[in-house]
Amino acid sequence: MTSHRYVPTGNYRRRKATSLIAQGVMVLAAGLSVGALFAVLGFVFVQGISGLDLNLLTQTPKPPGEAGGGMANAIVGTFIVVVLACVLSLPVGVGAGIYLAEYGRTGLLAQLIRFMSDVLTGVPSVVVGLFAYTVLVLPLGHFSALAGGFALGVIMLPTVTRATEEMLRQVPDSIREAALALGFEQWKVTLRVVLPTAFNGVLTGILLAVARAAGETAPLLFTAFGNPFWNLDPTQPMAALPLQIFVYAISPYDDWHRQAWAGAFLLVALVLAVSVVARILGRRTPARF
Amino acid sequence: MAGPSLQTPVRPASLRVEGLSAWYGRRQALRNINLEIVPGQITAVIGPSGCGKSTLVRCLNRLHEVVPGARVEGRVLLNGEDIYAPGVDPVVVRRRVGMVFQRPNPFPTMSVFENVAIGPRLNGLARGAELEELVVRSLKLAALWDEVKDKLHLPGTALSGGQQQRLCIARALAVNPEVLLLDEPTTALDPISTLKIEDLLRQLKTEYTIVIVTHNMQQAARVSDFTAFMLAGDDLVGELVEFGPTRQLFTNPRDPRTEAYITGRFG
Repeated sequence: MTSHRYVPTGNYRRRKATSLIAQGVMVLAAGLSVGALFAVLGFVFVQGISGLDLNLLTQTPKPPGEAGGGMANAIVGTFIVVVLACVLSLPVGVGAGIYLAEYGRTGLLAQLIRFMSDVLTGVPSVVVGLFAYTVLVLPLGHFSALAGGFALGVIMLPTVTRATEEMLRQVPDSIREAALALGFEQWKVTLRVVLPTAFNGVLTGILLAVARAAGETAPLLFTAFGNPFWNLDPTQPMAALPLQIFVYAISPYDDWHRQAWAGAFLLVALVLAVSVVARILGRRTPARF
Repeated sequence: MAGPSLQTPVRPASLRVEGLSAWYGRRQALRNINLEIVPGQITAVIGPSGCGKSTLVRCLNRLHEVVPGARVEGRVLLNGEDIYAPGVDPVVVRRRVGMVFQRPNPFPTMSVFENVAIGPRLNGLARGAELEELVVRSLKLAALWDEVKDKLHLPGTALSGGQQQRLCIARALAVNPEVLLLDEPTTALDPISTLKIEDLLRQLKTEYTIVIVTHNMQQAARVSDFTAFMLAGDDLVGELVEFGPTRQLFTNPRDPRTEAYITGRFG
């Protein structure tokens, strides 16, 4: 019997079958992970859209058991708390990221900061809330939006730091050398050339951090605390969407359940809208002439 | 800050290298280079890969020391002043000694105009209408104006490779340097773009002292007035083998190694 080199042997068929099975498993896994995302989004959409009305966007909560009312104060509250968190965390986070990528690099201090930053990422958000409670709420004597913003800021900090660093490191050294060769001081190279080059990426990283922080509930429970009334004073307790959703969801009232779903839908929509807007803004090149 | 005389441009500038050695960490890359670069002329630096050509020119604008662990010994005299003297700010040196790199590297987020304008703007040389004029003049000097005058708002990276490299030359010229260093500026370009840049260098040499690194001997023969031939010995440390007028070096080399290299026996 002559040997036929191109006739599949048993070994070849076995490898081909293994490959098919492995591929199938991976497609299934990819489908499941995307499917889970769409299931959550779809569920929130279906449940939330029915409760969404003008009252939700314009009114403050009614007393328990009374129908109607809305989440206007919580929407504004979330906005204020997130802005406070950004004001506190962005200068520090972006600054630390710049230090790690442009100055510290492989130095001992840089590695220490990197390690601590990663540790901070893993700290449960409820612990960060407790921390804010201890250093701000207790000394001040009352809950406040400021304490909530501080807690969210601490949660954002490591994400912003590492995102900034990663994005700056993606800027090739040839760009830094070109800038240095023009006779720019190091700080001008960093702020006027490298940072603008990485701007889109840094912005995306910041928005991911914002999106995560905006949805956090645990750190706000004993910092911003929540507030059924209008309040724009950051030193006072303030409502926030996740808090309102939490309170309404565990309440015994059907109307509040409906509003909790609507609030959840709103939160998801806001986070999505922020990301989309930022990507459009980030895509524009800062060219002038 | 540098002494006052390091601030005043002299055209065309002279550049003299004295006993220059360079290291990357523990590894020595250059040993005892002595070289007199003639003002207002084009000097080519040739030699096989790894002989330290790039390191040498990066020592001339103090860019070598930017690499972590890199250091330099010896002197480089720009119009008689040592750019490595204590107290000399490398930033000031780099404003006077411009550089163009092997791969075109326009700033990717900036327009054609911004790429040229950022140098004089950040260095405080010009603003407003004066700045616009300077940008136009630099683009004309780099023989790029006619091709980009309607594309000034486009990203610099939208141009062709050859145009990008001339944009980088315009960017370097806009900060008004006295010396222009080019580190294999045409390696990534096609022959037509290469010829354009060589023509451009000939036009620039009356105003600027030019040093061009190339591993293309024909290019050195075509554009340069003087040529330096470098070679790394068995210890991989680059040394200057021969330096002289280009015609002499190519037709009547003094060193047998130069002859071997230019006749294509190695490299």
